[in-house]
Amino acid sequence: MSSKGYSADFINRQSFIELDARARAKALFDGGTSRELVGPFDRVESPWLAMQGVTPQEDDGCVVMKGKIAGQAAVVVALEGAFQGGSIGEVSGAKMTAAFDLACADSEKGLRTSAVMLLETGGVRLQEANLGLAAIAELMGSILALRKYAPVICLTAGTVGCFGGMSLAAGLASYVVMTREARLGMNGPEVIEQENGVEEFDSRDRALIWAIHGGEQRYAMGLADALVDDDTPQVADVIRHFTWKGVPAVHRSAQVELYRGRLATLDTSQQWDPKEFCALWGKNGLREGKR
Amino acid sequence: MEQIELTYPARRNVNKKAHVGVVGSGDLEVLLEPGEGASVFIRTSVDGFRDTWKAVFDRFFAKYDGAVRIQINDAGATPGIVYLRLEQAVEESER
Repeated sequence: MSSKGYSADFINRQSFIELDARARAKALFDGGTSRELVGPFDRVESPWLAMQGVTPQEDDGCVVMKGKIAGQAAVVVALEGAFQGGSIGEVSGAKMTAAFDLACADSEKGLRTSAVMLLETGGVRLQEANLGLAAIAELMGSILALRKYAPVICLTAGTVGCFGGMSLAAGLASYVVMTREARLGMNGPEVIEQENGVEEFDSRDRALIWAIHGGEQRYAMGLADALVDDDTPQVADVIRHFTWKGVPAVHRSAQVELYRGRLATLDTSQQWDPKEFCALWGKNGLREGKR
Repeated sequence: MEQIELTYPARRNVNKKAHVGVVGSGDLEVLLEPGEGASVFIRTSVDGFRDTWKAVFDRFFAKYDGAVRIQINDAGATPGIVYLRLEQAVEESER
């Protein structure tokens, strides 16, 4: 591809990452079918942030929308990464859980309602620590209940990524979709460096971070189901595909023996290169040379 | 966090709500909805800039005459960003 053609593609593309949470959620629905639930004008904000001198946001950084995807009932929950790092507090957690529980109740009655989580989050909101932890535990219960009836799709597009307790929620998803810019992991780079020292993980080394947490690596290791470009129509297309595909025969998180076996047979006396894991465990392979 | 309240005269009814922006670093959230007279309620993470906020809204309401209730949740936006977000909110409410 000529450099001229590449830059034209780049300029003309409709970036998904550049959208805020509300626009991201809306972009996934069939045109004109979406409506927001508990929006900013309902003013359900965190009661804890103002007490600690932090400006709240009227939707608590969590956008809930109901509508149709690929002609089927669906709910999309989008976290706003720019507000408090997309962190989960009492209100944002309750909004997510309630949305999943309502989708589950509808699915039980025969109206199959799939769910999409757009996760840009560092996990629990430190200002609401215990409430955030409880919220994530409740959310995980609600995901497990819903995913028996309808697929729960996790999309992390970037650039915040998905870390902390919410990476566990992502781990329960029926399908995980990532961009090359996104990151997914339990402990983020700064946390690992803080706990185990810079020799263990240099959080300023961006190449290292993306080689371990990045979307391309997660996909190549078989921990994500699709790798998409930062392109809104392409992202929406992949979400439609997984909505249509339905509940997988076996969820990734149910394959405990498979993953335990992999860890048990791993020789930890040597330093592994992230790429070696792709050959060892992945079936997708790294997309060499395509940047 | 500081709270600031301002009021202005208004002449024209506004029918539609508008919500723009995010409470992210250097940015702000604007909620604009129909009101009686024009009132502004600001919560900002940066203390001590009441005069600057008043100057921005004095200028804004010198041109804009809608009867609106504006709520601002601010995370350290500069006056230029504040003005752009206000104009965006007005544009949304008149679309």
